[in-house]
Amino acid sequence: MSDYVTLREPYAARRQQSDADFLGMYVFLATEAMLFGALMCLTFMYRAEHPQASALAARQMQLWIGAANTGILLTSSLFVALGVQAAREGGRRMTAGMLGAAMALGVLFLALKGAEYGLDYKDGLMPVVGHPSPVREGPAGLFIDLYFIATALHALHMAIGLAVLGTTAALVLRGAKQLPQQAVVVEMSGLYWHFVDVVWVFLFPLFYLARG
Amino acid sequence: MNAPPLQTREERVSYLGAGHSLRSWLLTTDHKRIAILYLVAITIFFAIAAVGAALIRLQLMSPAGEILSHEGYNRAFTLHGVVMVWFFLIPSIPNTFGNFLIPLMIGAKDLAFPRLNLASWYIFVIGGIVTLYALIAGGVDTGWTFYTPLSTMFANGHVLAVITGITIAGFSSILTGLNFIVTVHKLRAPGMTWGRLPLFVWSHYATSVILVLATPVLAMTLVLLGAERALHLGVFDPTIGGDPLLFQHLFWFYSHPAVYIMILPAMGVVSELVTAGARKRVFGYWFVACASLAIAGVGFLVWGHHMFVSGQSPYAGAIFSFLSLAVAVPSAVKVYNWTATLYKGEVVLDPPLLYGMAFVGLFTIGGLSGLMLALLAIDEHVHDTYFVVAHFHYIMVGGAVSGFLGAAHFWWPKITGRMYPLVWGRISAGLIFLGFNLTFFPQYLLGYLGMPRRYPTYPPQFQALNVLSSAGASVLFVAYVLPLAYFTWSLRNGRAAGPNPWDASGLEWTTPSPPPKHNFDETPVVDRPAYDYPLTRAAPDE
Repeated sequence: MSDYVTLREPYAARRQQSDADFLGMYVFLATEAMLFGALMCLTFMYRAEHPQASALAARQMQLWIGAANTGILLTSSLFVALGVQAAREGGRRMTAGMLGAAMALGVLFLALKGAEYGLDYKDGLMPVVGHPSPVREGPAGLFIDLYFIATALHALHMAIGLAVLGTTAALVLRGAKQLPQQAVVVEMSGLYWHFVDVVWVFLFPLFYLARG
Repeated sequence: MNAPPLQTREERVSYLGAGHSLRSWLLTTDHKRIAILYLVAITIFFAIAAVGAALIRLQLMSPAGEILSHEGYNRAFTLHGVVMVWFFLIPSIPNTFGNFLIPLMIGAKDLAFPRLNLASWYIFVIGGIVTLYALIAGGVDTGWTFYTPLSTMFANGHVLAVITGITIAGFSSILTGLNFIVTVHKLRAPGMTWGRLPLFVWSHYATSVILVLATPVLAMTLVLLGAERALHLGVFDPTIGGDPLLFQHLFWFYSHPAVYIMILPAMGVVSELVTAGARKRVFGYWFVACASLAIAGVGFLVWGHHMFVSGQSPYAGAIFSFLSLAVAVPSAVKVYNWTATLYKGEVVLDPPLLYGMAFVGLFTIGGLSGLMLALLAIDEHVHDTYFVVAHFHYIMVGGAVSGFLGAAHFWWPKITGRMYPLVWGRISAGLIFLGFNLTFFPQYLLGYLGMPRRYPTYPPQFQALNVLSSAGASVLFVAYVLPLAYFTWSLRNGRAAGPNPWDASGLEWTTPSPPPKHNFDETPVVDRPAYDYPLTRAAPDE
């Protein structure tokens, strides 16, 4: 019976359908990796051209906020992984609870990021607004701009991830998605969240840690 | 205009008969209807971009320029390039014929994600409308390449709106590629092994890999360009240490593979046209299939040949030159294998095969001149001249558009259930070949003599060749309008095609024309290789 409930056009079997969902998600994440990859590749090129300026720019960053955010995001991925496991085992409330915990950490990440942008603004690092600090003149300004583009784009992905997790949790809680038959929905949302996490794992060393 | 009447029983029970309201089309998730939506959209974009081409050819009728200001000329060729590349050529074959045929060819009911497929059409249309708005509201004068710092600091016009439209349309490409990849992996009918896939499907698979891996790089590049133009962030700004050449690297990392997005599907079409036209198995199936993958793979590593004179390192130049020559090998394998397929075949010169042969001829000329351009010394001489313009038009128009029209002539009876007049099909194929060569061969000569591209005026000694080229363009115009006329005519007046008017092999010819909503009454079971000519399939009544 569950097959009848969860099978979409054009699939003949549930296994075939969930395999297709996984493959579709992995291909999508590959395109996302190329999107951020282009930006990171560009930053690496500039680091090779302007090593001193890139270190100078990294020294302007709020290292401790970045480090705290790294820990927060990795922990949120742990909760998502636990939520996926709970979904496979059919635990409706457990799944929603774990996703909720991950979302709370995600919101905390964005709040800290916002506070960090506030400090950046005070330091005159922001483009367009504020009184530009002398550091922004010359190649260091290039890296600061790239930092804002990369982190803003990442924050946008975080916001989308929060919406995805929230929708999934609500659907699971309301019973609109049945567990464990439709656990694949939780797995898909989880994969996206993990990806956004992985992007941060690359952004953090690229913009914060290379300060020497 | 009223929709043409559905006269035969096949038509009434087909996907065309499943609802007649506008809503039933705009909210459909049927891959066949979405293919038609794409066909309508890209035909409109083709017409708009063709207006740009017409303006260019009119302007160049005389050395001093005929009709446009210099500024207007810049905007005309930018419109032509932007709309042709992103709103016609990239989606042309994959989103129409690929969309329609891939599920039919592999024995599936639909693509893997039907709603995503419809979403990709809407995204495409939104991107197109944003772009058209910008091009009508004043246009852009950067050319389709948007090189910095021209596009970020100096260009007037609606650069931001146009790159926004292109970025939006890019997501449509990504979703289509994703859909094709998953469909080919997961929805093949029982017995449809990888080794039995039609070559059309193989080439679309290779195309899809490029679509999903290259398009996001363009999206990021245009986002960075937009950030620099709108907010004055210094991404490519040389005054604070940015590098405009990095823009070119990123741009061509997408835009050279994009050429293979245009040509690979056309190659897949030609493999079908040639085997059906020769009534013969394709020569070297695995070579042709793997050549598609090789082109897609090596195609990612040749972008630097657009930058031979940019001041990049000569060692990089030498490597890019070598790789660009290497990518010609799988392309040549295909041309030789098509030719070998025709050898001793029962060749019937119907319009589809004529288009296929036009492709082979024009693609070979374009490909050989590509080899010349891949050589550092020659490229130094003819860089940014009409030689380059002629080369890529032979590939993109001679190749990709001939492939598109060949596909239209081959599968029109399947899509609509009606035959078009074959005589007119042959005439238009001949006119295309003639008009195309008349338009673009003189441009090789002009380029070799030193006429630069993108200039609105030229010295008087170039006039004769330019007038020849413009005359050829008017022949091409007729050759493009003719199929539009007789295809439309056939919707009402063409005779019923029957399931397999060309006696071709392939699952799509085993369903009625036009196909029923779910493609096959029962999921087909495949027990023979692709192109199993001569057809020994038992007739249904035996």
